[in-house]
Amino acid sequence: MAFERDFDQGTPVVVSDEKVRLTIDGRQVTVARGTSVMAAAAGLGAAIPKLCATDSLEAFGSCRLCLVEIEGRRGTPASCTTPAEEGMVVRTQTDRLKTLRRGVMELYVSDHPLDCLTCSANGDCELQDMAGAVGLREVRYGHEGAQHRTTPPDASNPYFTFDSSKCIVCSRCVRACEEVQGTFALTIEGRGLASKVATGSADFLSSECVSCGACVQACPTATLNEKSVIELGTPTGVVETTCAYCGVGCGFRAETQGDRVVRMVPSKKGQANEGHSCVKGRFAFGYASHEDRITTPMIRARITDPWRKVTWDEAFTHAANELQRLQAKYGPDAIGGITSSRCTNEEVFLVQKLVRGGFGNNNVDTCARVCHSPTGYGLKQTFGTSAGTQDFKSVAKADVVLVIGANPTDAHPVFASRLKRRLREGARLIVADPRRIELVRAPHVEATHHLALKPGTNVALINALAHVVVTEGLVKQQYVAERCEPDDFERWARFIADPVNSPEAMEGATGVPAAEVRAAARLYASAPNAAIYYGLGVTEHSQGSTMVMGMANLAMATGNIGRDGVGVNPLRGQNNVQGSCDMGSFPHELPGYRHVADDATRELFEGLWGVPLSKDPGLRIPNMLDEALAGAFKGLYVQGEDLAQSDPNTQHVVKGLEAMECVIVHDLFLNETAKYAHVFFPGSSFLEKDGTFTNAERRISRVRKVMQPLSGLADWEVTLGLANAMGMGLRYAHPSEVMEEIAQLTPTFAGVSYEKLDALGSVQWPCNAQAPRGTPVMHVDRFVRGKGRFMLTEFIPTLERSGPRFPLLLTTGRILSQYNVGAQTARTPNTAWHDEDVLEVHPFDAENRGLTTGDLVLLASRAGETTLRALVTERVQPGVVYTTFHHAKTGANVVTTEFSDWATNCPEYKVTAVQVSKTSGPSAFQREDRRRDVALRQVLEGGPDVTR
Amino acid sequence: MDATKLVHMANQIALNFRLQPTDDAAALTAEHLKAFWSPAMRQALVAHLASGGEGLEPLAKAAAARLSPG
Repeated sequence: MAFERDFDQGTPVVVSDEKVRLTIDGRQVTVARGTSVMAAAAGLGAAIPKLCATDSLEAFGSCRLCLVEIEGRRGTPASCTTPAEEGMVVRTQTDRLKTLRRGVMELYVSDHPLDCLTCSANGDCELQDMAGAVGLREVRYGHEGAQHRTTPPDASNPYFTFDSSKCIVCSRCVRACEEVQGTFALTIEGRGLASKVATGSADFLSSECVSCGACVQACPTATLNEKSVIELGTPTGVVETTCAYCGVGCGFRAETQGDRVVRMVPSKKGQANEGHSCVKGRFAFGYASHEDRITTPMIRARITDPWRKVTWDEAFTHAANELQRLQAKYGPDAIGGITSSRCTNEEVFLVQKLVRGGFGNNNVDTCARVCHSPTGYGLKQTFGTSAGTQDFKSVAKADVVLVIGANPTDAHPVFASRLKRRLREGARLIVADPRRIELVRAPHVEATHHLALKPGTNVALINALAHVVVTEGLVKQQYVAERCEPDDFERWARFIADPVNSPEAMEGATGVPAAEVRAAARLYASAPNAAIYYGLGVTEHSQGSTMVMGMANLAMATGNIGRDGVGVNPLRGQNNVQGSCDMGSFPHELPGYRHVADDATRELFEGLWGVPLSKDPGLRIPNMLDEALAGAFKGLYVQGEDLAQSDPNTQHVVKGLEAMECVIVHDLFLNETAKYAHVFFPGSSFLEKDGTFTNAERRISRVRKVMQPLSGLADWEVTLGLANAMGMGLRYAHPSEVMEEIAQLTPTFAGVSYEKLDALGSVQWPCNAQAPRGTPVMHVDRFVRGKGRFMLTEFIPTLERSGPRFPLLLTTGRILSQYNVGAQTARTPNTAWHDEDVLEVHPFDAENRGLTTGDLVLLASRAGETTLRALVTERVQPGVVYTTFHHAKTGANVVTTEFSDWATNCPEYKVTAVQVSKTSGPSAFQREDRRRDVALRQVLEGGPDVTR
Repeated sequence: MDATKLVHMANQIALNFRLQPTDDAAALTAEHLKAFWSPAMRQALVAHLASGGEGLEPLAKAAAARLSPG
């Protein structure tokens, strides 16, 4: 669609039941009380000239351009800072105002380069627009004397420039950094003519700026401008779509020239992000056009053969023949598939349909296995459904927030900005994390309690918190009596009140002082609204599912489920973790979390699909690898996951893959898993296809095609191609038809359609006859399962323990600028901030080992060894080391083990006993891996061009 | 599948149900195995039990005994 700027009413939208009526330029308008005169006028289409105002920021009143006349009032007040009042009569266009505004513009322009025709913001500059709007024809002050026009730009940031010669010191960037992002990296330095925007460092790159882009978006001139716009020019088209990174699921405007993306701008219409973004979604989309993209299907007989490029037809036929050969030789259960949380709902649905209907078994699993599968299990047991309880907006009404095992400022930055805003308003924060994450202490944010527990002791901590609630009379008795199963509560209350669960008894395990635990429990339980947000620091443990149930118990006991401001909220790692789980990716569940053994559900699917379905659970990912090593599992279709890098114990994963006879990798890049593959289907990026993603708040949002798939086929068409080569005869003309089938088969999606998503922007499931516009907050009057169920959550320490040989505990996580295994972000300029994984080591442990920052160290566990650089920091506690897993050359999962959650087999990534020592070169694994990088990734020259 | 791994997983599941009254714990463990393990994995566990059940904790043994051999 043709390029249009987002509407900007100048000051934030005010929501109030109270209304006021006023007259603006002779026309009457009714607005919510608290709305500014500027916004009221904008609603009438009477745009008042402005420069320092934009509706993402509170009114500032500095530019003096938005002056108006109000009957009965002296002077010319700024319309941005003047609230609309009942009966007010406003004039926005008079000769006096025109003179005043021209005078203001003259002063601005007298110190502004007059290079509009060659300026990168030509046609997209509010200063230029305002000069036109006020009829500026001359600048009486001349351009001589003191000025800023010769100041050189700061181009240190990979994505945008800061050209202070074009700055009008409106403070929009400074305010955006404070109000929208909450980082406080920018300030106005100096006074008078010397006033200028400053970062507090030598340049943007070395400053505390997190490159969220809020300042660039807020800037009314070319002072802060995307380098892509400087290089390519201003966009001419726009497509509304959804980000392909984390589980926040931000809405974006892909602003284009033809089918080329010029920039990604967070959309105000995006209901998850409301116009905000992070460095990944905003800027790191260059991977989609990276030279490493494979755009032609390839096959090979053995992994040691070079890849041979083939047509799509040949690839589909070859893959289908191979899978059918394996089933004929080894049995129907010898093959399976893996769906991806980076793919759309429609794509995931088709993969599980291919496995269930085409392969004839339930051997389908998803990468959510290795992140949030315990969330599904734990919340279903307690609440009755496998999903978070709130929308993101809900945090604005929380009084106490308990963040457990999550690092939102790095992994879910746009949600973190919402959270920090609420904390600045006075909400209290409790952080439970072995590591001192940024939220523990950041500008204008300080956790009241940091419960720095030892890795692997989450359940001990949550039980201790609950013990205080029960034994100190803090249970919300009426809520529990009305909303929860009485017998389960009574049994749980007796269990949790046992002194073995007290903070004092658990202190030895957790390392958290009992008094701190007691104070935190009282704070959480006594808040009018207390909310829990958690991440993989909860789930990726041997008791991940137990911990999820423990958090649900705590929330129910304190009455913190079923309204705004409360809840138990998983922060999902990838964009479509929720959706991939919803779509029946697990080997025991059909779409909508219904067990495969349920006859009625199976008959529903069989009726529509026309094939019999297995009632037996299939294999989980680790089971598939184990069965491969046992010789029973021989073929795998992997869509959009890099098992060989992301799954634990890399050497075990590789052996499993090597034991298979046909591995089909469907991906953007020839990833680590593809080294062990026999068929490669080139994937399409989120810019190249239609579909939907479902974010962590159950919000279903549209993904819209911006450009044609580089390989000629979108991912859903590839799965269709394979399915039909196997004889399934599937016919879909568009992903919307897949969604129609999903809605037909899945009660919680019954009301979802592309038409509705286009009309409403997005909806949160359940969306059906009972909730036609979706469900922002769940379990409002009753739990999905009826009454909430308290579960017993005995703390059972992991078997993975430190000892003389491996005396430290390794825990892993994510950093702001990178994403998961780096397939996307490592192929962007985000490497400016993080080009290798480093190992955080406490000074005490470093000194014992003679380590300093920058040393190359050997990180060894019972599973394997790798090397990386050390970073000595007090962010980690003594005895604990931490690293990320973003770079294949590090291979952090060489070290992690196969221990997993008891209920779901989610790997215990967060606890690995290790030793760290100084070294001088790569580990044996890394040396062998580098050799294989070359040997197993060869591609023969020539072959067909399959692109359309 | 490697029996050692199956034994480890079965013990782990049983351990997490152990606070239930004994009969319930075995039943719950068995239900969990039926709900989440493939038939081949369950059969392998039953076969391991039939050959002595080395390494299986009592509760896991009781659960495995509730699984049908077929």
